Amino acid sequence: MQQVRWHGRGGQGAVTAAKILGMAAVYEGKYAQSFPAFGTERRGAPVQAFTRIADRPIRDRSQVYNPDYIVILDPSLLRVVDVLAGLRSGGTIVLNAPVLPAGFIIPPGSHLVLFHATPLALEVLGSPIVNTIMAGALAGATSLVGLEALKRAVIDVLPEKVAEKNLYLVIRAYEQVAGAGRREVHLAVGNN
Amino acid sequence: MALRRFLNGNEALAEAVKLAGVEVVAAYPITPQSPVVEKIAEFISKGEMESEYIRVESEHAALAACYGAAVTGTRVFTATSSQGLAYMFEMLHYVSGSRMPVVMAVANRGMAAPWTIWADHQDSVSCRDTGWVQLYVENAQEALDTCLQAYKVGEDPQVLLPVMICLDGYTLSHTEEPVEVPEKEEVDAFLPPLRLPVALDVENPVVFCAGAGPELYTEFKYQQQQAMYAALLKLKEADAEFAARFGRSYGGTVEPYQCEDAAVILVTMGAVTGTAREVVDGLRACDQKVGLLKIKSFRPFPAQEIRDILSRAGAVAILERDCSYGYEGALCTEVKAALLGLDGPPKVYGFIGGLGGHDITREQITAIYRYCLEGVQPGYGTDHFLDVAGARDEN
Repeated sequence: MQQVRWHGRGGQGAVTAAKILGMAAVYEGKYAQSFPAFGTERRGAPVQAFTRIADRPIRDRSQVYNPDYIVILDPSLLRVVDVLAGLRSGGTIVLNAPVLPAGFIIPPGSHLVLFHATPLALEVLGSPIVNTIMAGALAGATSLVGLEALKRAVIDVLPEKVAEKNLYLVIRAYEQVAGAGRREVHLAVGNN
Repeated sequence: MALRRFLNGNEALAEAVKLAGVEVVAAYPITPQSPVVEKIAEFISKGEMESEYIRVESEHAALAACYGAAVTGTRVFTATSSQGLAYMFEMLHYVSGSRMPVVMAVANRGMAAPWTIWADHQDSVSCRDTGWVQLYVENAQEALDTCLQAYKVGEDPQVLLPVMICLDGYTLSHTEEPVEVPEKEEVDAFLPPLRLPVALDVENPVVFCAGAGPELYTEFKYQQQQAMYAALLKLKEADAEFAARFGRSYGGTVEPYQCEDAAVILVTMGAVTGTAREVVDGLRACDQKVGLLKIKSFRPFPAQEIRDILSRAGAVAILERDCSYGYEGALCTEVKAALLGLDGPPKVYGFIGGLGGHDITREQITAIYRYCLEGVQPGYGTDHFLDVAGARDEN
């Protein structure tokens, strides 16, 4: 089973991203769960959401403590939330940032994918909602789900009026990250 | 061909309500129930569902409206949680005493105070004695399937009782997972239109909810109890027919898992059952003789089945998300009573956990199993209150 933890702020769409990824996995014939961290939702407050993906039915109802993947939609969270808590050894971090933020230490053996999603979101959507971009980046960097299933899930989850733009974003992020190849994108940042 | 969709428990229930051809919906919003009625309202506004949606000023009014619609022989649905269910308490008895097969979803949530929006079973367990059939589900698929079965059983002429479908708030209500949504024609073949033996009809006037003297009142109450016993059988029958048509079975009343040779059996209700299945599989892989008994029907209580399954075990651990304050978990008391008089009964341990949304982990369930192996004499009342800082194992 693969477990993903999404970090965002209320209104950025972390919960929706978790759902899109899970739905894409189900469209590929796999099993999945997606759920929000069970809290009161406030715009701007730190939120978490989770996706579990497996080849057999998922029966575990407990929370996710040791994610294999951590996706951080908002780099400002690095200062307020222990975003790397519980990351499984050898896990992958996907961070919305142009460069590695100062002081952000990646656990040895883990992989980092940097994707600067905010300018792209502002350019295409006119607002800093980066959830579909980061879902595309995660999928592009891993073998969690394929692009076709992800596109289908974006269309099915999002309202019609924003689906097309998000489809463009998810494709662009996926192809950019997948095309870059793991070696170039996954900065092998050590324990400095 | 059934559609495989990615739905949460609330959405799965809304699909079931649409498939069941519910004609009247009345509900008042409360977290974490709201999305189920929002989805239904969306179906109605888009013309996907032909139904009357009655907007009401409270949960009391919601169930009163459902009651009023039900006595005309109309299939109705409502949903609530926690404080909303408590606010319905008076109407719960009116509906069951009048033998109206209303179906209600309860997205389980703890009771204030202290205020919480998160899951436990205190809300519905507190309504144990209101004369409603209570079915606890384990996942979103079971929520959908149980809703269809609830109408089938509740509307059976030998039953005619209201049914609560209880699903853990958030853990089930807000968690998306794959759900097979059956075709309308398949559901129609399983669930015929409602035909109440007596309904409001201007051509043939009848009175519902008339006053009754002690003798007549007792007769009514005795029949209510008989209907509950009939429901035990009908739940099994409905599950068997559902399995034959749709290929999914939940045991109707209880669902044993790996119990045949189990020395220790865990007893659960609701979503934590899934986590417990993982624990059982893990322990079985290490040659541990452990089983799991899911209680699906809390009312009627399938005491004989529970007795038969648990009688072979050396120890039984009940893990529940409620407390009957001053004694123990309500389910624990019920299970103990079901085992009364057995020759060499199992030791029974009660565990209360998952309160107000507290997570129940695989490690905790494994620890409960290990504790059962120690052979400690069970204490009076609640044996263990999980997750309490510095107060564990006080008994």
